[in-house]
Amino acid sequence: MAKRHLLSTADLTVDDANLILDTAQELASVAGRAIKKLPTLRGRTVVNLFFEDSTRTRISFETAAKRLSADVINFSAKGSSVSKGESLKDTALTLEAMGADAVVVRHWASGGAHRLANAGWIRSSVVNAGDGTHEHPTQALLDAFTLRQRLGSVAGRHVAIVGDVLHSRVARSNVHLLATLGAEVTLVAPPTLLPLGVEHWPCASSYELDPILPKCDAVMMLRVQRERMNQAFFPTEREYSRRYGLQAARMALLPQHAVVMHPGPMNRGLEISAEVADSVRSTVTEQVANGVSVRMAVLYLLLGGAESAIGNDEEGSAR
Amino acid sequence: MTTQSGARSAGLDPAAARAVLDGPAVDRALTRIAHEILERTGGAEDAVLLGIPTRGAVLGRRLGELISRFEGHAVPVGSLDVTMYRDDLRLKPARPLRRTEIPTGGVDGRLVILVDDVLFSGRTVRAALDALGDLGRPRAIQLAVLVDRGHRQLPIRADYVGKNLPTSMREAVEVHLSETDGRDCVLLGIKAGA
Repeated sequence: MAKRHLLSTADLTVDDANLILDTAQELASVAGRAIKKLPTLRGRTVVNLFFEDSTRTRISFETAAKRLSADVINFSAKGSSVSKGESLKDTALTLEAMGADAVVVRHWASGGAHRLANAGWIRSSVVNAGDGTHEHPTQALLDAFTLRQRLGSVAGRHVAIVGDVLHSRVARSNVHLLATLGAEVTLVAPPTLLPLGVEHWPCASSYELDPILPKCDAVMMLRVQRERMNQAFFPTEREYSRRYGLQAARMALLPQHAVVMHPGPMNRGLEISAEVADSVRSTVTEQVANGVSVRMAVLYLLLGGAESAIGNDEEGSAR
Repeated sequence: MTTQSGARSAGLDPAAARAVLDGPAVDRALTRIAHEILERTGGAEDAVLLGIPTRGAVLGRRLGELISRFEGHAVPVGSLDVTMYRDDLRLKPARPLRRTEIPTGGVDGRLVILVDDVLFSGRTVRAALDALGDLGRPRAIQLAVLVDRGHRQLPIRADYVGKNLPTSMREAVEVHLSETDGRDCVLLGIKAGA
């Protein structure tokens, strides 16, 4: 039974992950063509259901769906019936009645996508586009894709994920996916920004950045999420920037081939300096371009056939 | 890489399969097709060979080598995956994509020769024509196949045929090539379980 949803990178096997990345590799060429469109999802409807602000993820999913010829409905909580107090369930039932084939959901609550997928409200596939501080699987997939493109492989590579791990769904998704793909991951953050139980994650962790950098093939800088910073997690932004921010001097500690990644949007001058963000080592704009290819691959594999191609030869987590 | 290629390799009953073309016969058929292409196109000056993966792409490369050996100039060779354009996508789980490689220079204004191993319903070729339409505007499109087994479901025919092979619907044709399957041959048999 195939998985119909993409909720967490922890659900993906090595084969699933590689299938998505290989498919994205082939689909990347569509971006370079005169006609940037494939007829594959003609007549299918993809709903972008966004309960949280987002530009790049929503636009990326919208572009991906449109390049596959799907019809796209954008639904953001602001200015919709959700702001009048409609529940997730009623919103879901509305979408079901409209005949959505896939729902791309971003929700402020961790587990929001899982609830939508498994509550029995809708029959469509659910793609998690970020749920609270839990997971953001397509971001991790596009990061892995970018790593593969820049470094040739992911297995055996050493990746440092630096910054606000506590609030970062990008970090969680990346830790699981990179571990599945055989990379070695080190989380670097002040103790206040490392989640409880991080010692049980499939990765190492460190409070210091400088000793980690010389053995890294890639450094992933996380955004300091001011909107989730309701406590004093670090004394001042300047101190954080000095200890955990990536500036040119610190970038010089990296091996020659190493790349600098950031999921965006960047706080220039805080976790990453403008000089580093604009350097040739920075993959920020590639990550955005790769996001479209990876999301096309996910939508194609979930919706393109009679049943999902992800997780075909095992018992799926969802019915 | 997997060696599956759609329904054709769904499994021939090995006991009942017989080789209708052996290795040398496959070679002779490809050599003749290469000569026919040169003859028909007057030297294949503006031709581009696009093979349909998996085995069509292998045959396309072989034809390209033969043509450059006979004529002394190289012909651009590429591959064209048609999975995203198939009309039977929704009948099966989503399939992994194969390589699409369009030679530099593209297909605009050129003679594109599509290459596939078996011509059957014609639906793969229909998908390839649609895919080509999104890539550019060739001057003309021709089709070369190693085996034409009949039973067309669309008004499509091949310009170059290695072997016309009358078959029944119960039968299956499998093309084996040394690059993908270890040896060259064309097998005709009964579908396993049919």
